[in-house]
Amino acid sequence: MSSRTQKKGFGATIWDYLTTVDHKKIAVLYLLGGTLFFVIAGFEALLMRIQLMYPENTFVSAGFFNELLTMHGTTMLFLAAMPLLFAFMNMIVPLQIGARDVAFPFLNSLGFWLFLFGGLFLHLSFFMGGAPDAGWTSYASLSLYSPGHGIDFYVLGLQVSGAGTLISGINFLVTIINMRAPGMTFMRMPLFTWTTFVTSSLILFGFPPLTAALILLLFDRMFGAQFFNHLMGGNTIIWEHLFWIFGHPEVYILILPAFGLFSEIIPTFSRKRLFGYSSMVFATILIGFLGFMVWAHHMFTVGLGPTANAIFAVATMAIAVPTGMKVFNWLLTVWGGSIKVTTPMLYALGFIPSFVAGGVTGIMQATAPLDYQLHDSYFIVAHFHYVIVGGIVLGILGSTHFYWPLFFNRMLNETLGKITFWVFFIGFHMTFFLQHFLGLMGMPRRVFTYMPNQGWDTFNFISTIGAFLMTAGVILLVINVIITTVKGEPAGNDPWEDGRTLEWAIPQPIPFYNFRQTPLVRGLDPYWIEKQDGNKEGMLYAEPLGDIHMPNNSIVPFVMTLGLFIASFGALYSPLGVADDSRVWAIPVLVIGLAITFGSMIYRSLKDDHGYYLTVAEIEEIEEQLYGKKGGNK
Amino acid sequence: MMKGLKKWGLFSLLAAMMVFLSGCGEEFISALKPSGEVAHAQYKLLILAISIMTLVVVVVTVIYLIAFFKFRRSVVGEDVIPKQVEGSHTLEIIWTTIPILLLLILAVPTVMTTYKLGDVAAMDEVDENGNPVALTVDVTAKLYWWEFSYPKYDIVTAQELVVPTGEKVYFNLMAADVKHSFWVPAIGGKMDTNVDNLNRFYLVFDKESEDLKDGVFYGKCAELCGPSHALMDFKVKSVSPEKFDKWVAAMQKTEGNTASADSADLGEATFANSCISCHAVSGSGAPASIVQNQGPNLTTFGDRNRTAGFMDHTEEALQNWIKDPEKYKPGNLMTGKYGELSDEEVEALASYIMGLSVEK
Repeated sequence: MSSRTQKKGFGATIWDYLTTVDHKKIAVLYLLGGTLFFVIAGFEALLMRIQLMYPENTFVSAGFFNELLTMHGTTMLFLAAMPLLFAFMNMIVPLQIGARDVAFPFLNSLGFWLFLFGGLFLHLSFFMGGAPDAGWTSYASLSLYSPGHGIDFYVLGLQVSGAGTLISGINFLVTIINMRAPGMTFMRMPLFTWTTFVTSSLILFGFPPLTAALILLLFDRMFGAQFFNHLMGGNTIIWEHLFWIFGHPEVYILILPAFGLFSEIIPTFSRKRLFGYSSMVFATILIGFLGFMVWAHHMFTVGLGPTANAIFAVATMAIAVPTGMKVFNWLLTVWGGSIKVTTPMLYALGFIPSFVAGGVTGIMQATAPLDYQLHDSYFIVAHFHYVIVGGIVLGILGSTHFYWPLFFNRMLNETLGKITFWVFFIGFHMTFFLQHFLGLMGMPRRVFTYMPNQGWDTFNFISTIGAFLMTAGVILLVINVIITTVKGEPAGNDPWEDGRTLEWAIPQPIPFYNFRQTPLVRGLDPYWIEKQDGNKEGMLYAEPLGDIHMPNNSIVPFVMTLGLFIASFGALYSPLGVADDSRVWAIPVLVIGLAITFGSMIYRSLKDDHGYYLTVAEIEEIEEQLYGKKGGNK
Repeated sequence: MMKGLKKWGLFSLLAAMMVFLSGCGEEFISALKPSGEVAHAQYKLLILAISIMTLVVVVVTVIYLIAFFKFRRSVVGEDVIPKQVEGSHTLEIIWTTIPILLLLILAVPTVMTTYKLGDVAAMDEVDENGNPVALTVDVTAKLYWWEFSYPKYDIVTAQELVVPTGEKVYFNLMAADVKHSFWVPAIGGKMDTNVDNLNRFYLVFDKESEDLKDGVFYGKCAELCGPSHALMDFKVKSVSPEKFDKWVAAMQKTEGNTASADSADLGEATFANSCISCHAVSGSGAPASIVQNQGPNLTTFGDRNRTAGFMDHTEEALQNWIKDPEKYKPGNLMTGKYGELSDEEVEALASYIMGLSVEK
């Protein structure tokens, strides 16, 4: 067993990552996969902004522009933001609660491969006859009308990757409920763990409506059903409801973990415990709960009638209250603290005003009659980018700097990091601030071009310049990562010096079994408590050193997913499909793919895999290799 | 004292916002330059909402900046361990209550306006003869063009909506193919045209559009509907009630108009051979179903402001459009519906279509 810490060949490393069930390696996989899709979707956005730089520009065609806008939205939400947040959840949450791993390591691996293959399948559409072009919302009348296989790729790709998300969500729920270290009560959980917990329950209740909607659309598109065909008694509004019953919680699925990340960064660099911890927890739960009550505010102009609109308007406004609580608690955490402006803190400080701006425009749109003007205009584009970029992306970028030492035992360059922040931050406001006014001045969203002399030319031009700055920011970050990887020094323990939670108490590099002995938690911010008490050991431990039970690696999740990937091609070219382009091999391939998946499920069910035990001797040998000398969680 | 201060703050913000925002946008398309009751109501809500929200942003920013400059490590000292404050119930209550109050200030007018703008009961009112009292326009959105029919007067037009000023004009909205959304920003917010059901709302047009830059208000499709979504524009001509009645009468008089294949005019003959199966040249007769008319009614083409909704209103642009519609409006349903036309025929056709008018 001890050979696992030795240097491996390239092939062995690849095999290791294909079969790994270690939450830390899966976190790295999520980080890589998420970054890949983030860069692709960012590039799509840049192409769109170049097209809109001038009126009547002909940089891309109308049809291709619609593919770009659809893929940009779909990719950013499902394949960039969510996996990147999953990377942090996977890396941080088990460490933060003092667990060996997540509750179901096998499912964790399965979740990742489903996400990756779903995403790859969706992106193959660019090379196989055209990407989906009905917007990330894929409203039914247009998505049924859309020729070609684009929408089929959307439906199948999201179905596969959505299953992965649902699995991961359940996994985190079970992990957080069952695997907390002794003393880590619910009200001592770090806020990132809390937001992961609430997010996971949102996934649990939010993704099934999407799955149902996608299944209905899948049968409409590929097997001749008529659920959404109004000429055959179907109804397209049902799609809108199902989509937004998922879609609105989805927004909170993304923003809550970002709130959690900032709730870790701000106390750390203010050297002060999170102000109003219990009200922060309460606000998180309340936001999660209210998130399910407001979906119809995306549909104010659909014609649901004044009563429905009024109810959903007021319900939506209510969300401002817990969100406001959070903002003021962050401010009061900073107040009276000792602020060190590191790169992660800079992102957090940039986040607060940006997110508040995004939040208040949300309230403006909750004002239903006003939303009749704002809906589907550039105002909404500005609003959700303020929330998503100003909240989620700043959160992800800040946490990348913050947690890089936990991931890779290296510190990203601080100076370059700060330059990156300013370039990106200025670019972000430059791109999106003026879009509010474009919307108010009558510019609809999702337009591939606009005519001159409508008063929109200057603002669109400035907006595009901002997009270039954001691109430059991302490139700087990539350069930073490369420099750090090539010549970074080991970061060591508690590299920010003011770490408060358990993940900073673990020795670097982190052994694959995490804490050698499960730590004992004596309060909120357990590591900070031990440091203040002058505990040289790092932590107190709840158990003596003993054998550790670990799960075996497995290739089964990969194979299971591969089956679904193959089956998707079968469904795509179904002879009953809307797209007039079927293949004779479609049904056999569908059957073979599903056979692979169900076969590996049966294999997994019938073959007992009890994992293995890591003996004390092996643990000591590993730690000697890692830290040079015997003894200790240092 | 505090309360008075807040009120004063809100009002001055309101005033400042008005001045700032009214400088934005073009009169014929901007929601910031409202020209009708509905847009005015929405603009008022905008100003109220934006003022409250600016207040919130300012308060947050001030606390934020003070906290930041007062408590930097370089100010408080390197080795200081700040007091680990757990929280404050008083503060929690304050920043829960004040937002609730601010939201109530916004929520009450929101609910009231929602019901007010949703009130379309007058659409069903009839006089003693059973004729509808109010003016209702049936709007049908079709892939990249708009049909406007007036059942009360049994007339139909396309691409350019003509309405009287100073009264509530009611709309029945529906889409014939995929979902679109009907939006005239300067006059009022949008409403979707669904494929499943009829939506109803009303707009009021305060002023005649004659004095505007192009003599029309701009209308947009606001729901992604395919490649040419961005080009699915329409125009609105608001005229005085007298002019409107005249226009209606002129439209009704076109009853029976048609193009003859035997005409000496090459344009008319070509039109009769290639176009008339989709495009009518008589504005009389509201369509019996939303799918009845496959192409825009061209009775008033010469009076319009644009070709194909967004191109210049010149014979040259019209010729280009007829020669290759796909090039200008990708995904439109006109391409390939008529045979190859010679240059001579296209020229004649354009001048014939340009001559179709009820106003000249």
